[in-house]
Amino acid sequence: MIEVHNIQKSFDGNPVLKGITCTFETGKCNLLLGGSGTGKSVLLQCIVGLMKPDLGSITFDGTVFTNNKVDIRQEIRRKIGMLFQGSALFDSMTVYENTEFPLKMLTPEMSREERRDRVEFCLKRVGLENAGNKMPSEISGGMKKRVGIARAIAPQCTYLFCDEPNSGLDPATSIKIDQLIQEITYEYNITTVVITHDMNSVVEIGDHIIFMHKGLKLWDGTKDEILNAQVPELREFIFSSSLVRAAKKVDEESEGGLEALASEPLSEV
Amino acid sequence: MVKTFGSFLLFMQSMLFRKERFAVLWKRTIDECILIGIDSVFIVSIVSAFIGAVTCVQIAYNLINPLIPKSTIGYMVREMTILELAPTITSIVLAGKVGSSIAGGLGTMRITEQVSALEVMGINSASYLVLPRIIASMVMFPLLVILAMALSIIGGYLAGTLSGAMSAQEYVEGIRTDFIPYNITFALIKSVVFAFLVSAISSFKGYYTQGGALEVGAASTGAVTNSIIAILLADYALAAILL
Repeated sequence: MIEVHNIQKSFDGNPVLKGITCTFETGKCNLLLGGSGTGKSVLLQCIVGLMKPDLGSITFDGTVFTNNKVDIRQEIRRKIGMLFQGSALFDSMTVYENTEFPLKMLTPEMSREERRDRVEFCLKRVGLENAGNKMPSEISGGMKKRVGIARAIAPQCTYLFCDEPNSGLDPATSIKIDQLIQEITYEYNITTVVITHDMNSVVEIGDHIIFMHKGLKLWDGTKDEILNAQVPELREFIFSSSLVRAAKKVDEESEGGLEALASEPLSEV
Repeated sequence: MVKTFGSFLLFMQSMLFRKERFAVLWKRTIDECILIGIDSVFIVSIVSAFIGAVTCVQIAYNLINPLIPKSTIGYMVREMTILELAPTITSIVLAGKVGSSIAGGLGTMRITEQVSALEVMGINSASYLVLPRIIASMVMFPLLVILAMALSIIGGYLAGTLSGAMSAQEYVEGIRTDFIPYNITFALIKSVVFAFLVSAISSFKGYYTQGGALEVGAASTGAVTNSIIAILLADYALAAILL
């Protein structure tokens, strides 16, 4: 479990995070939802240690991360896997080498054979067992995201962070990626935090949703509760999508509007 | 200016703090030695051979006094090559080739979040990415300067003898006249200092790139410009201190 307490962050006097307090639960897909410029990415960067908050504390399973000793911060960081918005694969390495990289760096005690087995397992888990020799420039956006996930889970991470995993992907591929993230979360019982402004993801994997607006947490709940939330900013955000409006209408008239949208069969990405 | 210099010093400190394992640094350094050193042999060879040849021809053109022996041409080519042309011109050429490559590479890694990916994994990105580049530069620059010295003197020899400006014997005699071994040491000290300046400044520029492709280009240009200025300032300072 990750506990965020009163996180504040400003840039040149402009407050971006205005005292965020929230909890990300283990074994669930926790979604940080909100429009562009609401501080989601800044909050995520503060949590993973890429940015230092001005105030507040972050705790990983009871261990304080912010302002703690470097060794302790490093120990926590080594349990973190992250999928970046642009995948952030190392250009000079193949898919196999990208997945192997954290194992080589973080677990020197592993033998070459053990590493190979783990990499093959992770690539198979994300459906890329035949793409190991390809360079990142030779694979599609969806495949890059899959490699990013494989790289993140290779060292058996406890916390998985995904920064807009659907950006730049078509809806079908997006749902496949969402499903993969959800499956991995349940399978390994890890704490997953996903930044998104995609309502499809909310419907698909939103076990716990935190809605942010102008640097504040305005609402949190589950995907079943979100459509009936009474926060005006959240309602405006949700129903700005004509697809969701239509699904809501269907939902009211019959049964399973949003669920029906999410359960459409998809072909392989 | 002061703030930037302070940031540069902190950057250097962060590189030495929490270093990666020796085996990792060793492998990365060898890879960088190949990129920085071996891949630069061709351009360094071409530039130094022609500089030696042109230096020889121009000195011969200006030395028209019959009282000055022809061997002086060889002597002057050697002195200019060892003291100034080989270390300084080679380093300036490498600032263009290696400096822009380092800044461009790190800048691209920064804007595509590859540096952030390393940091999230708990890897000291400065140590992993920059330290091997600086060590490799400080190892390879002196070797390239030695190569440049040899090729420049050979270039002068070929130009002088083939153009008929002097005989081979006169050139070799000039090359061997009043040789001071310390000058080689001085040139190698200069090359190590220049290597540090080029690699550290270029890494600093690339590592802190923000924005997009345009900023990567600007970082690359800035790295080359600042490296060349730093080389020239250091050249003067070292000459004043060590000679």
